[in-house]
Amino acid sequence: MTLGQHATFIIAAYAIAATVVAGLIVWVVADYRRQRAILHDLEIAGMKRRSAPQASRS
Amino acid sequence: MSLIDLANPSRFLKFAERVLPWLAAATAVLMLVGLQQVFAAPDDYQQGATVKIMFIHVPSAWLSMFVWGVMSLAALGTLVWRHPLADVSAKAAVPIGAAFTFIALVTGSLWGRPMWGTYWEWDARLTSVLILFLMYLGLMALWRAVDDPSRAARAAAIITLVGAINLPIIKFSVDWWNTLHQPASVLRIGGPTIHPSLLVPLLIMAVAFSLLFLTLHLAAMRNEILRRRVRTLRLLQASAARA
Repeated sequence: MTLGQHATFIIAAYAIAATVVAGLIVWVVADYRRQRAILHDLEIAGMKRRSAPQASRS
Repeated sequence: MSLIDLANPSRFLKFAERVLPWLAAATAVLMLVGLQQVFAAPDDYQQGATVKIMFIHVPSAWLSMFVWGVMSLAALGTLVWRHPLADVSAKAAVPIGAAFTFIALVTGSLWGRPMWGTYWEWDARLTSVLILFLMYLGLMALWRAVDDPSRAARAAAIITLVGAINLPIIKFSVDWWNTLHQPASVLRIGGPTIHPSLLVPLLIMAVAFSLLFLTLHLAAMRNEILRRRVRTLRLLQASAARA
């Protein structure tokens, strides 16, 4: 397979799309870990939601 | 678990935890199959190898509009039914929609330079998609600017529904105006005009991109529910500290 004389445009398009998608994945995973860590810290500090299940209050 | 059960954020979290690994795996497999098909597909008789840009440009462009459609349904859920997950869904979709619109604009530009001789033209299709991208950025700014999520949700829902007017303008811009952008060649009355050797990889990539959106959207919704729990606990902590 050859990409011909316009290979630069094709490679740039795929590279940019891959970078943006990778950025979205990193953002989603990092945000999840951050929110879990903050929630964990708050629960260690004794904070519980009123609607939290009883089992998780112990 | 029925669909109505998912309206409960805790049940939704459990559901998301269960299905996300499977969705992510299915997305990865289909994306790899799609890319293999893309690079095995023949060159276009007119456009040569640059047609390979189509396989990421078109699914991104479809999703840029589809995501706004999802947000519009969520906006109805917020304004009409006050569904507990509607504004979570709308907020989580915004950056993903913006990213797909950005990919569509950039890859279109990189495709346009060798085919049209220009990176950009202020024609109706390109301009209306640029407006869609700016609307996504505007919504992201709005969600960040308003502290109270329920107030932000109502404002964002109204803007989303007004912005949905842009969707038919984008879709039919190539028919209503004389544009440099080509008319529809897949979703059209009379069937696709693309040869099956190019159409099949395009459809596989479209499904792969749609699965990618579904996976990212579910994960972002899960994060948003956790963020709201953090906010609730911090408010409780602040009020406990004052007491």
